[in-house]
Amino acid sequence: MAPKPCALCTVNPAAIVRPKDRSALCKPCFFNVFETEIHHTITSTNLFARGERIAIGASGGKDSTVLASVLKTLNERYDYGVELILLSIDEGIKGYRDDSLETVKRNAKEYGMELTILGYKELYGWTMDQVVEQVGKKGNCTYCGVFRRQALDRGAAKLGVKHVVTGHNADDVAETVLMNLLRGDLPRLSRTTSIVTSTPSSVASSSPTDPASHTNIKRSKPLKYAYEKEIVLYALHKNLTYFSTECIYSPEAFRGSARALIKNLERVRPSAILDVVRSGEDMAKLCPGSDEGCGGACGSSTSAIPMAEEEEGGCGSSNGRNAGSEMANMDRQLAQNEAAVENELEVEITFHGRDGTQQKIKKQPKKIKGQAAASVPRKAVTKQVMGKCKKCGYLSSQEVCKACTLLEGLNKNRPKNHIEVGYDAEPENHVRDLAGQVKGLEVGSG
Amino acid sequence: MSSSPENLTVKVEFSGGLELLFSNKRTHTITLPAHTPSTSTTPTTIRDLVIYLCDELMRDPRRDLFVLDGTVRPGILVLINDADWELEGEDAYEVKNGDSILFVSTLHGG
Ligand SMILES: [Zn+2]
Ligand SMILES: [Zn+2]
Repeated sequence: MAPKPCALCTVNPAAIVRPKDRSALCKPCFFNVFETEIHHTITSTNLFARGERIAIGASGGKDSTVLASVLKTLNERYDYGVELILLSIDEGIKGYRDDSLETVKRNAKEYGMELTILGYKELYGWTMDQVVEQVGKKGNCTYCGVFRRQALDRGAAKLGVKHVVTGHNADDVAETVLMNLLRGDLPRLSRTTSIVTSTPSSVASSSPTDPASHTNIKRSKPLKYAYEKEIVLYALHKNLTYFSTECIYSPEAFRGSARALIKNLERVRPSAILDVVRSGEDMAKLCPGSDEGCGGACGSSTSAIPMAEEEEGGCGSSNGRNAGSEMANMDRQLAQNEAAVENELEVEITFHGRDGTQQKIKKQPKKIKGQAAASVPRKAVTKQVMGKCKKCGYLSSQEVCKACTLLEGLNKNRPKNHIEVGYDAEPENHVRDLAGQVKGLEVGSG
Repeated sequence: MSSSPENLTVKVEFSGGLELLFSNKRTHTITLPAHTPSTSTTPTTIRDLVIYLCDELMRDPRRDLFVLDGTVRPGILVLINDADWELEGEDAYEVKNGDSILFVSTLHGG
């Protein structure tokens, strides 16, 4: 065996093939370029301010573990002068977080960072186990995801921290770009491609329970341009301890549609992931329809794009990205979508990628197409306007945000089946049926 | 390691959640035919190994979480003796006696 030498130092044997350019690097050179690229992302976007206290949303999973490790390294190497702390959310699923929280505790000790663990119970009055007891296992991911979306902000507010960084990586962003593109949701596309998002306080919260203003927390994703593959390899070769698990309430969670599509694209052409991210940014520049004047046009500057709760969701992962709830989101989006044409496109492409079995499923779209077009009625266009939740002040396109709506339902002991206000359930059922059909197909093709 | 010329003994590791599919055990030492089919002279490749693992080692019915279209599912990284399998010809790599092969899922959790 004559191992290929590293493309950078030409001395050590190569151990990693970089997805972005297929260059083969040795471990030390890989560590160096990986860290340097993240440093470049941070400095070119003026992400951090000296003296700033920054909470890392930590789950013990690969992304947040690598994020914590790299930020500690860079903060020391380049003297950012920021204070890094760890913030973990415990959904309250018995046994589920035990191991991952142990991992976070170990990381906190190892990195010398302060750690705060906050539970859904403390933040919302309900653990996920209690939610499941009440609403059953079906649909509980919606609750988990909606609660998660606000949990880091609420937690940060409790700690008096104004900036939360999360481990969202390039694969996550590419996935979001595709999803929003397929939905035709360009304003949201521009918000989700921005490296910084915020939940700006427009003050005047009607709720007396909102003194801490969790609605003015800056959120950013320093790993936005980092490939998931490289994050995993960094953790692996650096011997970082991370924990991987699926949410026990959604065992099929990772059979996600857009995610599978991204991974299939990567297999064919690894640079596709960053290409999608960059394309998303470019498209965002062309549609200044978002809530801020620049509409994400200054995507690589420091502007904070307001982000409503529904932009990211799901459970199971530290980042709140989860394929299972994506499907649920997609279902709802389909149901809401007014244009049948768009629905066709969405159904077709979604289910292509769903299990990676493009060719086998390809036979089906004609049938699906016809059905989708026939069964999803046209709806009047409801313009999405970003406002504040009447109850908690959180940025929301609805009068009352999803978390508050869900909580209201839970507290009334009468859970809501549909968290979207004001649309009928029928189209959703049709979409479910379609999903069922395609699922059947998968079983046959596996 | 005792291995006749007809067999290969390799170390197989699962990580990133994949161990859940393999009796929740991270490291396995397995012995498999050096040729696939065993009566042929065709060297056993990673592709063959993966099918072998599904047939002989996996107790979990969710085979498609590991294998898709006859090869390793996209989103699962493979390291052959600590090196990216892309350096070694991916699933066409011919498995050698004593190899250490690691499968890491990137799909679970964050
Ligand atoms: Zn090197
Ligand atoms: Zn609210």
